[in-house]
Amino acid sequence: MDALQLSIANVRRHAGRSALLATLVAILSAALFGGSVLVASLRGGLENLEARMGADVIVAPKTAASKFDLEEVVLEGVPGSFYMDASKLGEVAQVEGVELASPQYYLSTMKAGCCSFPVQIIGIDPETDFTIQPWIDHAYARELGDMDVVAGCNVTGAPGSDVQFYDQTCRIVAKLDETGTSLDNAVFTNVATIKRLIAAFEARGINTQAGFDPENVISLVQIKVADGYDVQTVTDTINLYVRGVKAVRSRAMTSGIADSMAAMSGIVRAIAVAACVLSLLVLAIAFTMLGRQRTREFAVLRVIGASRGMLVRIVLAEAAIIACVGAVAGLVVAAACVLGFSQALEQALGLPFLVPGAGTLALYAVMALVVSVVAGPAASAISALRLSRVDTGQILREE
Amino acid sequence: MASEVLVAEGIRKQYFRAGRQSGRTFDAVAPASLGLQAGELVVCMGRSGSGKSTLLNMLAGLLAPTEGKVLLDGQDLYALDDASLSRLRNQSIGVVPQGQTALHSLTVLQNVTLPSGLYGGGVDVEDRALDLLGQMEIADLADSYPAELSGGELRRMAIARSMIMRPRVLFADEPTSDLDDETTRLVLGMLREVADGGQTVFVVTHEPEAKAYASRVLRMDAGKLEGC
Repeated sequence: MDALQLSIANVRRHAGRSALLATLVAILSAALFGGSVLVASLRGGLENLEARMGADVIVAPKTAASKFDLEEVVLEGVPGSFYMDASKLGEVAQVEGVELASPQYYLSTMKAGCCSFPVQIIGIDPETDFTIQPWIDHAYARELGDMDVVAGCNVTGAPGSDVQFYDQTCRIVAKLDETGTSLDNAVFTNVATIKRLIAAFEARGINTQAGFDPENVISLVQIKVADGYDVQTVTDTINLYVRGVKAVRSRAMTSGIADSMAAMSGIVRAIAVAACVLSLLVLAIAFTMLGRQRTREFAVLRVIGASRGMLVRIVLAEAAIIACVGAVAGLVVAAACVLGFSQALEQALGLPFLVPGAGTLALYAVMALVVSVVAGPAASAISALRLSRVDTGQILREE
Repeated sequence: MASEVLVAEGIRKQYFRAGRQSGRTFDAVAPASLGLQAGELVVCMGRSGSGKSTLLNMLAGLLAPTEGKVLLDGQDLYALDDASLSRLRNQSIGVVPQGQTALHSLTVLQNVTLPSGLYGGGVDVEDRALDLLGQMEIADLADSYPAELSGGELRRMAIARSMIMRPRVLFADEPTSDLDDETTRLVLGMLREVADGGQTVFVVTHEPEAKAYASRVLRMDAGKLEGC
């Protein structure tokens, strides 16, 4: 039996002690990995949201702006149906500084056969859209046909399957990549289809807006401001000269989310750092206390010819074995929690949440493993050095 | 005259009284010289606290003397670095320490074979360990863990462990304390056999019966070694 085998025997024979120490390392590993993934997921969600927003200014009906929280509808996916006259698109497009103006149509379903939650149906004009169409093109390069819809990744139903919205049958032609935003719970379609759905919605008598003509309404106008123009000035101009609408800078909409996200990331980071520091501290204390209990054992090893270096290696090997087991266990638990419950986390946090790709996850996992595996021996290093310097003769006489 | 395997030249061990700052010292072992020859069993007797164990630890390379030298086959033990001294201790010096010295993670057999594994396993070491355990009449406990053994059985296991490397010199510190009369005779007889086989044995004990097995008897009194 060599020094390593002795370390393994010590770990196995003192299973309770080893499990306790491994649990501390597991907490460290889980905090490192879980914290990193959480913060990265929040950051990824925000970046994705900003990329999807694309527009500089969003114009909504004034009545809708007072009735709904536009930020909730547009960014957080709280379902809502609101409309304004389609002529507003032309009025807005004529404002100086507006380079592109594209309409969007919002229709929420209370309950649909395809989904376990209300779905936001978003109609876009593929000809003019510059925010969502490029993203749809990535998943479905062809033109959307009559009653075709593209579904967000969380919407139930595979491509090729039919879904019912207000007794109208639509066909899912593709599913979009995950964004970590509310758009994952939405379905997208073209203008003709959304107008048929809005008409069906109107026919049910649910709509309360007066003078409603499904053929002549839009919900939002997405605006890209031309280079050289100030976004705020264009926004103010629209609010001043176009009646019955409310123009909002999209950056103003996301800044609230960005603030919440920064605060949440800060909290997650603080918790992760506190967990790391605490578990390292407890580990160091545990190894030191353990070392004091084991002085006689190490004196015996000196008697049979173990050198100081060998004693240090035995202690470090034990700590490394325990740290390996704990680090892997912590990683598995953290991965299961963060990845397995990412949707629940997104809903609970109320913030965009996009789990990083496999490569980044692997990088975080390796980082957490390396730090945790090194932490065990590092925490036991002082104890190892103390044990290696025990006065063998003195210890053996103290019984 | 047989050659001296181990020689102590003027070894002394001083400790500080009431801490190093006090500057006051006392001799745990006053300057002493002795030689141990191959094939002899030397018994060192004396009252508790007389310095016997301190002397044994210095001779065994476990405690550096304040003054003097310990030579094993002409090699000054304390001139060696820690790694070399440890290896020398592993291969040439066997020690049965006071009290219980089992490693509780290992079985009795693993405890006994452990010294041979520290620097690479020896040949047929398990057979030899089982043979030694048989001589100690605890072979049937080879696969037991130390927690399952009595104090006497643990002591016999420690003796077997000290002999596994066939050391040039075997030191035993109170090897028969806690043992019944029959086992005491067994252990002393075993140590005598080791000496008769050509190895050197140095025993520190209170046991009067040990004298009957000794080639020589030394006495320690208040740190002073007599009868060298």
